[in-house]
Amino acid sequence: MATLLKTTDTQSAIEELGALLGDRLSTSPAVCEHHATGETYHAPRPPDAVVFPETTEEVAEIVRICAAHGVPMIPYGVGTSVEGNVCALEGGVTLDMGRMNQVLRVSQEDLDVTVQAGVTRKQLNTHLRDTGLFFPIDPGADATLGGMTATRASGTNAVRYGTLKENVLGLTVVLPDGQIIKTGGRARKSAAGYDLTRLFVGSEGTLGVMTEITLKLYGIPEAISAAVCSFPSLEAAVNTVILTIQSGIPIARVELLDDIQMDACNKFSKLDYAPKDTLFFEFHGTERGVAEQVEQVREIVQEFGGSDFRWSTKPEERNALWQARHDVYYACLALQPGKKGWATDVCVPISRLAECLIETKEELDASPLLAPIVGPRRRRQFPRLLPHRPGRSGRDGRGQAPQRTHDRPRTRHGRDQHGRARHRLRQAGVPGGRARRRGRRPHAHAQADGRSPQPDESRESGRRLTAGLCSRLWRASNASFKE
Amino acid sequence: MSQLRVLVGCKRVIDYAVKVRVKPDKTGVVKEGVKHSMNPFDEIALEEAVRLKEKQVASEVIAVSCGPQACQETLRTALAMGADRALHVEVSGSEYEGLLPLGVAKILAALVKKEEANLVVLGKQAIDDDCNQTGQMLAALLDWPQATFASAVSVEGEGLAVTREVDGGLENVRLSLPAVVTADLRLNEPRYATLPNIMKSKKKPLAQMTPGDLGVDINPSLTVLSVEDPPVREAGSKVEDVDQLIAKLKDSGVF
Repeated sequence: MATLLKTTDTQSAIEELGALLGDRLSTSPAVCEHHATGETYHAPRPPDAVVFPETTEEVAEIVRICAAHGVPMIPYGVGTSVEGNVCALEGGVTLDMGRMNQVLRVSQEDLDVTVQAGVTRKQLNTHLRDTGLFFPIDPGADATLGGMTATRASGTNAVRYGTLKENVLGLTVVLPDGQIIKTGGRARKSAAGYDLTRLFVGSEGTLGVMTEITLKLYGIPEAISAAVCSFPSLEAAVNTVILTIQSGIPIARVELLDDIQMDACNKFSKLDYAPKDTLFFEFHGTERGVAEQVEQVREIVQEFGGSDFRWSTKPEERNALWQARHDVYYACLALQPGKKGWATDVCVPISRLAECLIETKEELDASPLLAPIVGPRRRRQFPRLLPHRPGRSGRDGRGQAPQRTHDRPRTRHGRDQHGRARHRLRQAGVPGGRARRRGRRPHAHAQADGRSPQPDESRESGRRLTAGLCSRLWRASNASFKE
Repeated sequence: MSQLRVLVGCKRVIDYAVKVRVKPDKTGVVKEGVKHSMNPFDEIALEEAVRLKEKQVASEVIAVSCGPQACQETLRTALAMGADRALHVEVSGSEYEGLLPLGVAKILAALVKKEEANLVVLGKQAIDDDCNQTGQMLAALLDWPQATFASAVSVEGEGLAVTREVDGGLENVRLSLPAVVTADLRLNEPRYATLPNIMKSKKKPLAQMTPGDLGVDINPSLTVLSVEDPPVREAGSKVEDVDQLIAKLKDSGVF
């Protein structure tokens, strides 16, 4: 514990790393800038150096060197995070795991696979395509499995296949002192020892660097069918989802996109769906099972006034549909070019989902904020609400971030998952809630403009609204859990 | 129209995601221990054939592969994707190294006659040799019409209407059957072999034979002299900032 108080000596660390890695260490500003941020609106914070390890032993050596000099380390996958996960708040060394991208072992009969942390999910599924197996967790981006494990990623398939937490069997992790440990194993079930695997899953790089991950695989289902239908109101759509899940229909994916989001997706992904509140479904199973599920859901849809029930089994149509869903973040940004998105999400029990969503939507409609809602429905009745809020552009007169005063919304189960990262950023004094114009150098902009921007009135009210909205969400979800 | 019996060629090649390395003795590329899979264009061809069967235009889809024993894995994938039967024409060792499109076309011609197929769907080219010759040679040997680089295939009356992707754009052709069609990238998106189907495919028939059984002589008319890496790119130099870049460009005489 005495090492916590060590002073930081970045220069010596970089020299030693250079000796170890040669040209796989880079301190060039371009490379550091590239690793300074993900897909987030947070200000980029570049590290002092970026290293490209190729083996677990190298990672251990890098960690040992950095730890000896008190230098912070940030593991980096492909930079698709949306919460500033890779911003080097205190400088340090970023470990770019991209070269550790081998699929080490596939066991078709045991339905598991071991990969290095830099393998992306699409790469893994492509590798597996001959085996009839797939890895179902699919957050929108083509993230690395290391990144997905570190952030306990979920995805559109979570409603049936669970999240990363349920699908990791074991890890190889380098601890902060350079020790290499293996957690878990390949056993599907074990009562031996502490469940360290689950400790590391979701630790967001705060407990160690993951280098190898053993994952569960699932058989590609015999029949897959995707369906879309639109609804006259958000309430109708939500009630359809609730009734579907409560009826025990083993739906594989169900996503809600509100009218703003649907419009954005139509424009961005060139679809032709009605810009109304829409549900996207996917059914997995045998031919007959899928047909049965489709029929059951169609009845529920009709009950709630849904229309244009379209469905398809062709791979290219299904993929186009889900790609549109995965592109929602970019579709939202395209609605208001020049602004950044502020993503947030909330987890509520399914019985309170309709109420929560409808109240939120009413507040958003009354506000000047543009906030599309998109929501994957988690399994076990913990759905997620995701208002995307392209932020405001410009800076206030002082050129500084106003401090935010509202509480983090918390739920008992998923804490505002984005709150954790924002909290850390806020503590570090980084403007955590402000959007800036696209283009990464605010000071360069100010110089180019020549004039200082005027404080934006709508921004103030927007901020108040956001604060109000978040605390309402918090109260609502807290209350619903207590009941 | 009477139902089609479709023959589909499935070549086993090094997986497209693998980085190919040349053997030090320059006789070829490293294939030991490297992941192999079905040629992507053949997957597209097979998918099209299976869809024709699902539309009940085709009555049977037969997958064919020429090569060593390992080709049977590729054929099992083909069966899992929906082929009814598989034929493995065994060619191994140095004979396989020398197997060229003309040899394959002769084998396929013999099989077409044996199986009484009336439509052959092939991938437009293999990703290892990029020859883009087998389909065309086969059509010539059989004296059948051909439509290559197909991006859309549909039945029209007693024949096929095919849209071809050519350099100038899209060309629509009509062919009478029997015919040879080669598949291009945008024809369809092949399905993944599902786990239940992989299990079922183990029970589907897979017949094995040699070129000799078919009376085909596959002696190559070409010999490979050497296989080499493309010339190594001259090392670039990294610059630390824009000023250095501009200085370097000036030195090189660009401006």
